[in-house]
Amino acid sequence: MDNIVNITVVDREGVEHQLEAPTDMNMNMMELCKSYELPVEGTCGGMAMCASCHLYVLSDHDILERNDDEEAMLDQAFFVKGNSRLGCQIPITSNLEGLKVQLAEVGA
Amino acid sequence: MIETDILIIGAGPVGLFTVFEAGLLKLRCHLVDALPQAGGQLTEIYPKKPIYDIPGFPEVLAGELIDNLMQQAAPFKPGFTLGERAESIEKTDDGKFILTTSRGTQHKAPVIAIAGGLGCFEPRKPPIANLADFEDKGIEYIVRDPNFYKGKKVIVSGGGDSALDWSIFLANNVAESVTLIHRSKSFRGHPDSVQKILDMSASGKISLFTEAEVVGVSGNGVLNSVKVQGLDGSEQELHTDHWLPLFGLSPKLGPLSEWGLNIDKNSIEVNTFDYSTNVPGVYAIGDINTYPGKLKLILCGFHEATLMVQSAFKRIYPDKNYVLKYTTVNGVNGF
Repeated sequence: MDNIVNITVVDREGVEHQLEAPTDMNMNMMELCKSYELPVEGTCGGMAMCASCHLYVLSDHDILERNDDEEAMLDQAFFVKGNSRLGCQIPITSNLEGLKVQLAEVGA
Repeated sequence: MIETDILIIGAGPVGLFTVFEAGLLKLRCHLVDALPQAGGQLTEIYPKKPIYDIPGFPEVLAGELIDNLMQQAAPFKPGFTLGERAESIEKTDDGKFILTTSRGTQHKAPVIAIAGGLGCFEPRKPPIANLADFEDKGIEYIVRDPNFYKGKKVIVSGGGDSALDWSIFLANNVAESVTLIHRSKSFRGHPDSVQKILDMSASGKISLFTEAEVVGVSGNGVLNSVKVQGLDGSEQELHTDHWLPLFGLSPKLGPLSEWGLNIDKNSIEVNTFDYSTNVPGVYAIGDINTYPGKLKLILCGFHEATLMVQSAFKRIYPDKNYVLKYTTVNGVNGF
């Protein structure tokens, strides 16, 4: 289908969700997860200021590198790994076809 | 006992605008907020971010919007209980509520308006299993009184401004020793503070561990040591009197989830007629409420506050008639 990429999100229980993500809605991964009612808070609304959309990129996709705001927030977050990203800083674009991510644990 | 007409929980934009709208109806307001300053997440999280969807303001910084709302509310002389979390409410025989804060301050009012936004801001706690065993027994998430650390060995974790500023202050003024542990190689705090930390590390005034984090805590009743793990997998035990994990704040719904209100997905269900909750006399406005079609926008919160105070007026003065007056006609007559 035009303007749609298929993305797999593994939730915190290990269940895989197949999502159809529109590339023409100016959406990011945090918003996509919320629109499918996955347990992503997106507390700060997408300003890279809360890490409630922290996820791990499992597939080998060429996506934009972490920006400074995102690095700063991940410095303060927990359960951070090399493949950690904030969903709100990953725009849905056509090169994400087949992307697989896993939601990170939420701290206390 | 602090008495008022409308007790507002949350001093963010919607809580502050409620003061103005209530004031036009000659109702007095008092605000309670867990943060030490008014403004909620606008001042706590993003004071320098521009907002573009406030009617009449093509662009306004979050901090400026709060300053303006404070100025707009000022004629109605709101009271503030800041730095205290609203803990419990109980109903009195005369149909009012008594609200008690985390520090025991009591407030009495016939109407409670919960404008709590995302909830109250609480420290982010690192995921260490036995952390709670040492809370306030060597582990503190907030520095309340720096003199508490006089002559003590202190370990600080975090890379933001509060971790840097407290490390510098404690090392220069009171502590016997200060160790700063940060997960990354670089610091995100203010460049001046970062430079100071690097200088103090070079001169031996602060011990600095980067690319490392605290992964364990131990002690006998009180904190005695922390286990530090490097990104390379190396581990070491550091003896200390205190550990300050300063990883910023994140909002939690907190105690008001126990107040008998109908809650759906961390939000309080309201009737859109007047934003009343299932508990008569308790209203919820702004980001903390939910209803079909809800949008978490500041401007929607302003609208909700305006309608809510009309209903509050009728509750407080059931026999008085009220006619909507325009500020263009009557101006603003403060208290």
